[in-house]
Amino acid sequence: MSAVGVPVGRGAHVRIERRTLVASLLLVATAAAAGFTGLCLGDGWSSPRDVAAALAGGGPIDFVVTRWRLPRVVGGLAFGAALGLAGAVFQNLTRNPLGSPDVIGLDAGAYTGTLLVLTVGTGTATGVAAGSVAAGLATAALIYVLSLRSGFSGLRLVVVGIGVNAVLTGVNSWIVLRADLDVAIAATAWSAGSLNGLGWEDLGLPLTVVGALAVLLALASHPMHQLALGDEVARTSGVALAGLRLLLVVVGVGLTATVTAVAGPIVFIALVAPQVGRRLVRATGVPLLPAALVGATLLTGSDVVAQALLAPVVLPVGVVTTAVGGAYLMWLLAREVKR
Amino acid sequence: MSTTPTPSATPGVVTDPVKRRPAPALPAAALVLGLVVLGLLVLLSLAVGQRDVAPGEVVRAFTDPGAGNPDHVAVRTVRLPRTALALLVGAALAVGGALVQTMTRNPLAEPGILGVTAGAALAVVVTTILLPDGSQAGRMLAACAGAAAATVVVHAVGRAEPLRMVLAGVALTAVLSGVSLAIRLADAEAFDSHRFWSVGSLAGREQLPLLLPALVVGAGLVAALLLSRPLDAIALGEDVAHGLGVPVLRVRVLTVVTMTVLAGVATAVAGPIAFVGLIVPHVARRVAGGSVPWLVTLSIVLGGALLVGSDVLARVLLPTGDVPVAIVTAVLGGPVLVWVVRRRLAGA
Repeated sequence: MSAVGVPVGRGAHVRIERRTLVASLLLVATAAAAGFTGLCLGDGWSSPRDVAAALAGGGPIDFVVTRWRLPRVVGGLAFGAALGLAGAVFQNLTRNPLGSPDVIGLDAGAYTGTLLVLTVGTGTATGVAAGSVAAGLATAALIYVLSLRSGFSGLRLVVVGIGVNAVLTGVNSWIVLRADLDVAIAATAWSAGSLNGLGWEDLGLPLTVVGALAVLLALASHPMHQLALGDEVARTSGVALAGLRLLLVVVGVGLTATVTAVAGPIVFIALVAPQVGRRLVRATGVPLLPAALVGATLLTGSDVVAQALLAPVVLPVGVVTTAVGGAYLMWLLAREVKR
Repeated sequence: MSTTPTPSATPGVVTDPVKRRPAPALPAAALVLGLVVLGLLVLLSLAVGQRDVAPGEVVRAFTDPGAGNPDHVAVRTVRLPRTALALLVGAALAVGGALVQTMTRNPLAEPGILGVTAGAALAVVVTTILLPDGSQAGRMLAACAGAAAATVVVHAVGRAEPLRMVLAGVALTAVLSGVSLAIRLADAEAFDSHRFWSVGSLAGREQLPLLLPALVVGAGLVAALLLSRPLDAIALGEDVAHGLGVPVLRVRVLTVVTMTVLAGVATAVAGPIAFVGLIVPHVARRVAGGSVPWLVTLSIVLGGALLVGSDVLARVLLPTGDVPVAIVTAVLGGPVLVWVVRRRLAGA
């Protein structure tokens, strides 16, 4: 960020940071508004006053709001932020706005791991999360190896990832169809990615993991942005390339896989959020904080749309994010063609 | 014949090192082999399913049918129409892929990947909502219109760059299938009978009237064969084609129309199925070399064989019931996509 400010002097530098600050505050406000709307929304629409009273610890609908709706909203905010961060990490790593984990099949891979643990193993929350992360890392390694050919290319990695994604999605459907009926019904519910039925008891582990990885990422953010500027820049500023890359891949996959283990593959948040955030703060790289905030807003907002659009039918939130993200990807491509 | 790429060739696409015109004996032998394999797969498709029927009994079901014999009834009323549908859909999708790959010089182009089948599927879903009692012809027409609209959009966004086209197709598929899924979830009753269709499957489509799809696909395949010679000339370069008296623009437009109709009808019959149009032309091209007529001919036979074979797999992969055949083709096709990106797109 300071690299942008330097040529135009100190004043410009401060102004850019103020823009980031204002944009971030606005995003926090939007995310909070989306979250509050989510709290008002259930079988019917509750009055905001009742919801506010419930949050303060009383009122007529206290139980419904704090036991049923709040975990869903908290999960939406945290998972959206996690997906936004994961997208920012991979877009920085591949130096390509399309190199996000959902496009290249990491969600599908993590979901394969989740399904395997659910259908074969014992299916404890820790086991599912571990299987999800392990399969996500294996998928990342596979895609990387397959896309290596006379050097590394971001766009080739993306299309190789699409091929891997196709296979894994097919395998996932097969596992779901093969499984026992009750497991299969649960798995189908989130094969499109869904926050339906999320309760406090589902959130403890994923929130801890996401929080820990976010802190780790904040510590590594400076060298990550150096890396995004190019190997040479990073090397001259003393960044240990191989170690940093490995750390970033592990953190990015960890974030994606943790969300997938709980909510299924929610695609396209990781693709869209970093790019929208980047434009809002007019950054040259792909900054982390705006990506996380936009991700939280997008997922919570999409979940409100998913609940309200065809009420009383509650859509899986993944259906909404897929349509919105696909439209955004089309726009991104159309714009790049014009240039 | 030269192997140097024409000036209009897409940058980054390495032309096949195979000679442009192989001795016709090679593709002819491959055609005979393909027909034999196809025949065996058809026999397998008639014999395998919930009730396994011995090959001899399959033959007897046609030569000496017993009205009360459950094996003969299953073979004649369920498996035969389903196998015929698989043949039609496979040939249509494979030739659609061969046409669009030849015309755009994009080795990754394919109706499924480009979002054309997703456009057709959404159009069918919308038509079913608006006109629940609509005719089969109406649904097929809607599918073709949806396929055409998707084709226009994906070409406008993706232009001629192979990898960009794939991304545009993936994005378009995401939007269209998201909308389609939302509509189907909202009106679950109207789509109960379409549940298998919507994920790309031939299960439950056995009683579909076969005549109309067969006629349209047949016409499309004939059109593709007629267009293959002028396309051959265009592949040598537009100037050469003009010199040979080929109406380049008209051939292009007719090719796109043919591809759209084939993909649209296939989707109306079997739902959105991807990757058949990618796998088959790449296999066929290894034998056909640069000859478009051979490419189209082999794609008809191999496309039918691939989908009949995939449909047999779809029936045996689960202890009970069917896997959607689109899942089988996706699992087979993903590696082919990776292989094509690694082998044929240098420096992209």
